[in-house]
Amino acid sequence: MLAESLALSAALFAIGVVGVLTRRNAIIVFMCVELMLNAVNLSFVALSKLYGATGQVFVIFVMTVAAAEAAVGLAIIIAIFRHKQTVNLQNINLLRG
Amino acid sequence: MMTVPTSGTHALASTVAQFVWLLPLLPLIGFLINGTLSLLAVAKLGPDDPSAAGHDAHHDDHGHDHDHGHHAARHKFAGIVSLVGPGVLLLAFALAVAIFVAMRGVEMHEPYLLTLFQWMPVGDLHIDAALQLDPLSMVMVLVITGVGSLIHIFSVGYMQDDPGYPRYFAYLNLFVFFMLLLVLGGNYPLLFVGWEGVGLCSYLLIGFWFSEKANADAGKKAFIVNRIGDFGFLVAMFLLFANVGSLDFAGVAENAGKLPFGGVVITAICLFMFLGCTGKSAQIPLYIWLPDAMAGPTPVSALIHAATMVTAGVYLIARSSLLFSMAPVASLTVAVVGSLTALFAATIGLKQWDIKKVLAYSTVSQLGYMFIGVGVGAYTAGVFHLVTHAFFKALLFLGSGSVIFAMHRAYHATHNHDDAQDMRNMGGLRKYMPVTWTLMWIATLAIAGIPPFAGFFSKDEILGNVFARAHGSMLSEVTWLGVPGGTVLFVVWGLGLASALLTAIYMTRMMLYTFHGPNRSGQAEQGHLAEAPWIMTGPLVVLGIASAAGGWLNLPELIPIGPIGALEKWLEPVVGVATKRIAGTEGHESVSTEQMLIGIAVAIAVVGITIAITRLKPAALVTKKESPASTGFARVLEHKYFVDEGYDAAIIQPTVATSRVVLWKGVDVGLIDGLMVNGSALAARALGWLGSQLQSGQIGTYAWVLLIGVIALLSAFTKYH
Amino acid sequence: MTSFLNSIGYNSWILPVLLALPLVGAALLLLRGTVLRPAGATAESIMRESRRWALALFLVEAVISLGLWWSVNSTSPLWQAGFLVPWIPNWGVDLRLGIDGIAQMLILLTTLLMPLAVLGSWTSIREKTPSYYALLMVLTTGMLGVFMALDLVLFYTFWELMLVPMYLIIGIWGGNRRLYASLKFFVYTMVGSLLMLVGILYLGLQVPDAHGLPVFSYDYILANVHLSSVQQLWLFAAFALAFAVKVPMWPFHTWLPDAHVEAPTAGSVILAAIMLKMGTFGFIRYALPLFPVAAMHPTVRFLFLSLAVIGIVYGALVAMVQPDFKKLVAYSSVSHLGFVMLGIFALTPQSVQGALMVNLSHGVSTGALFLLIGMIYERRHTRLIEDYGGIAAVTPIFATILTIVCLSSIGVPGTNGFVGEFLVLIGTYRTQPIFSVIAASAVIFAAAYLLWALQRIIYNPLTKPENKGLSDLNRREIALLVPLLIAILWLGVYPKPVLEKTQAAADRFVRQIESGGNADAGPTEPRR
Repeated sequence: MLAESLALSAALFAIGVVGVLTRRNAIIVFMCVELMLNAVNLSFVALSKLYGATGQVFVIFVMTVAAAEAAVGLAIIIAIFRHKQTVNLQNINLLRG
Repeated sequence: MMTVPTSGTHALASTVAQFVWLLPLLPLIGFLINGTLSLLAVAKLGPDDPSAAGHDAHHDDHGHDHDHGHHAARHKFAGIVSLVGPGVLLLAFALAVAIFVAMRGVEMHEPYLLTLFQWMPVGDLHIDAALQLDPLSMVMVLVITGVGSLIHIFSVGYMQDDPGYPRYFAYLNLFVFFMLLLVLGGNYPLLFVGWEGVGLCSYLLIGFWFSEKANADAGKKAFIVNRIGDFGFLVAMFLLFANVGSLDFAGVAENAGKLPFGGVVITAICLFMFLGCTGKSAQIPLYIWLPDAMAGPTPVSALIHAATMVTAGVYLIARSSLLFSMAPVASLTVAVVGSLTALFAATIGLKQWDIKKVLAYSTVSQLGYMFIGVGVGAYTAGVFHLVTHAFFKALLFLGSGSVIFAMHRAYHATHNHDDAQDMRNMGGLRKYMPVTWTLMWIATLAIAGIPPFAGFFSKDEILGNVFARAHGSMLSEVTWLGVPGGTVLFVVWGLGLASALLTAIYMTRMMLYTFHGPNRSGQAEQGHLAEAPWIMTGPLVVLGIASAAGGWLNLPELIPIGPIGALEKWLEPVVGVATKRIAGTEGHESVSTEQMLIGIAVAIAVVGITIAITRLKPAALVTKKESPASTGFARVLEHKYFVDEGYDAAIIQPTVATSRVVLWKGVDVGLIDGLMVNGSALAARALGWLGSQLQSGQIGTYAWVLLIGVIALLSAFTKYH
Repeated sequence: MTSFLNSIGYNSWILPVLLALPLVGAALLLLRGTVLRPAGATAESIMRESRRWALALFLVEAVISLGLWWSVNSTSPLWQAGFLVPWIPNWGVDLRLGIDGIAQMLILLTTLLMPLAVLGSWTSIREKTPSYYALLMVLTTGMLGVFMALDLVLFYTFWELMLVPMYLIIGIWGGNRRLYASLKFFVYTMVGSLLMLVGILYLGLQVPDAHGLPVFSYDYILANVHLSSVQQLWLFAAFALAFAVKVPMWPFHTWLPDAHVEAPTAGSVILAAIMLKMGTFGFIRYALPLFPVAAMHPTVRFLFLSLAVIGIVYGALVAMVQPDFKKLVAYSSVSHLGFVMLGIFALTPQSVQGALMVNLSHGVSTGALFLLIGMIYERRHTRLIEDYGGIAAVTPIFATILTIVCLSSIGVPGTNGFVGEFLVLIGTYRTQPIFSVIAASAVIFAAAYLLWALQRIIYNPLTKPENKGLSDLNRREIALLVPLLIAILWLGVYPKPVLEKTQAAADRFVRQIESGGNADAGPTEPRR
């Protein structure tokens, strides 16, 4: 059971990574980041079977942070959209050197 | 003032000489009073807040006009200034006479030294503020305070309407203070204080009417050229301290004998010291400032640029006679430079039109004579000529001041803006200024060397000594730049005679053009030409008497009309040893030779005057405006051999250009600041720009780099079993 | 006087009080300018209040520091007015203060000049006045600390502490190119001093104490650290770079003209009169005594003597062609400070004493020159020499004082400038005659550049209409210049009291370097 859970977690994480790396839409990239976070959550829960409840506590933390991050992140994306009328990441390069 | 006489046992200590510190103090007090009055009179303090707007111009073009003339009422402090300015000088002169009398009453084997306080005590260097009184400084003090008093009195008339009246007397008093310090200082650094101080006052007084650029230029030039000489003086002091270990006159006299006779060190000391003299006493190559210095008020020219300051170099060499008598090569150099200057300046004097310029070059020439004297080891003769020259040259300058004063007043009355100093605009002044005319002729005969006037005796003594030294003395036995000393001295003697001839010519020329022939100042002006007031002619009369009778100070044995060699005996304690060392054991020339020498000298003077009278035609002269530009050699002479232009092109312009273009713009701004400082800043910036190019701003790129980095790190730290 | 000072324990508290007072004052002034700002205060009223308080504080500082003249036994081989409190014990860093005759004179110069600097800013600084005066106070602490510190880390702290207020003073209250100048000033001096920090750390770690901790005490290092000549060379280079930039020695001088020109009057005054002295002080206190073998190495010595003489002549020549009077004075500082360096490296009693004297008299004369420039700048808002001419006719008092100060800067005998230069040159001649003669030629150039400028400013015809309405100095300005004029004449006519104060320290310095420079061993004669 543990092995399957970790495999699923790894798969989800990989999907998230690929999404972050390849997609151009900020919302989708953002969703993929969430996917990666939840993949990690899954491996925390799975491993808590082995190492005790600490992992599960961490999941709560991660979810809290993810919620806060989602709020802030989406707010930023909306602000950017209002400013530039797009959420395409290729068009957003304010920090170019 | 702390008066702690160190040599309380000296015979003079209990006499009036213990108040010798009052001598410089008196003019200093005069300076402080007059200076304060000068500032009080013009002080209009500014607003509390200078940057606040609206301090509107409540000025007018008042005052400080170079036109030292007759448009302003007398200065509001003129009364007190006229009292204080000459007053302190007269007091100082009275004190000097009192000290002189006291000095005659005691045996002066060693100088009377009064240490006031320690000035610069550092390690083994001890420099005190000490006044030294000995026969030589006494002579100088008497000349300075005596002639100085007369010139101060003359100035009361000459400067009467000048808006800068108190400032003038403040500077003049300060000058006398420094001049007295120069001759009374008991060591070389203190002498140097006076030396530089008189230069400073000369600077201030030459540029007294500073609103005219030429005057300010002349003052600055005088100071800077003098500084070149001062550089030499400084190096001489360094050499003295490093090799002799003392800078006191007493210490130097004691220890100088340990240096090898005629060696490199002693010669270098003397030559560097002489470089200082060429600056202060206007000798080749540094004489160029003195003619320009005539931009100052004429009494200043009389006091500073004829009678006192410019003779400081002669005093310095006489003071250092022990050193110079140990360096025959340096002494010969002094004589040669002196004779060359005497002739060179005399030729320029032949073609000058400005009455003061003639006198200026004459001064340079006569200073050359003095250096011939001290150069050949005839220190008494040099000092003697210094004294007589102070009389007749001060008289000539003050007389020319009278003339200029009269011309100026006439021009002013008729609103003529012509040159009041150009002799082409004068002529026939004898009719209007008989007193000045008489006195100026006395001075002219004196400087030309006609007996029995003062200059005859002193000039004859110098030339006679050169002739004697050329025959057999320490100097005739050494070689100077490969030439035997005897030959060098004969040449010096010849040059001296030649300049005596020229002196007679250019002085007669000046008198003819100024006082004789028809008047060229203009019809309207003639009505305003008149003798100056008595406050000005009075001092002239006194100087006239001195110029006529000054020769009695040091009569030669051949002419026993009074005490023989009084000055020589007086100065014996100071310069006797050195004179004997140079002259050697050889006796005097035979009587017939001496008679012949005197005959030659007088004949030359008479010939010169005759040439001038017969060849020059004052009647043919036209005014400055109508005169054509001269050509040929006359033009070269009129432009003083273009030496100023040469110095400017060869030294000043290249230095300024190098400083500006190479050092400042090139090295400073270009190399150091541009390349090194801003260059390194630029390099840092370039590096930063390169790094910034990694920041594409694309989140996708960052994510890829992140992934690759994570994989790289993980693979690096994973252990494979 | 001495017994009175002893009875109040003057020596035991004076140094920390002198350091703390300006800091406290700065804090109070800043509070007053911000949170405690009275209601309804205008910029004008704030300015009036803060300049009054600043003047009062600096006057108090000056008065209490005056006691040092009597309380310090300058002939004693021990540090005077010592003060010691542990600061960072784990790193071996203490608040260790103490002075000798050299530091004593520089401290007095600082404390006496600061009130004049405030008076010089009286009407010219109109914005952010509380911050301005507070920065002046912090600056004072930094400068005094440098002269008092006997712990290398403490010294470094003060050394850098000076930098920040001066950077801000130039950068905020300066002229048009103030940002460029202040940045250049900061980076230039910072680059120089960072290597010194490395050197200090290296020295501190050389001989740990009984507990294995580093020791940064100056005396401890002087007595216990023995370095090979290679080590000495590297460390000397690190220290000398920091000090040479500050002096500034040619060719590290180019920050100075810019900083001087852009700084407000008080900034220029402090920069020239005091901060440049830090560099020469550093050479005398640290670079030479700590590394005598390196400093006396013939090549190194020749290098520094050459740089000093180049600075003297070069500074004078470049000063001659400056169109901006402030820049002219800045380059003249390069020339004058060259004399100080020449005197130090010539290493004779006369030359070292002369160097200390030039230090002081340059502070007085150049300080006065900058004050005078500031005064005329407030009226005409230009520093270009060609914009003036003939103003002696309308501002006679200004002209008189400017002439006196210029003469002292030229080194006319009877003024302070002569004593120092003469002693340096005559002392230098004994060991380095060639350098002395070349340096002596500066007496010609100094006269040339200052008299030429003087002529173009106060003499010549008064042609420019703007100048005809110039007002002469007011009472405040005269009052603030008079002390400097007195100092100029006093140091020139009767310098003996000052020479006596520095005599022992200078002699010790010469002996120390000579004995240390001959043997390949560490320095000798610790002083505590």
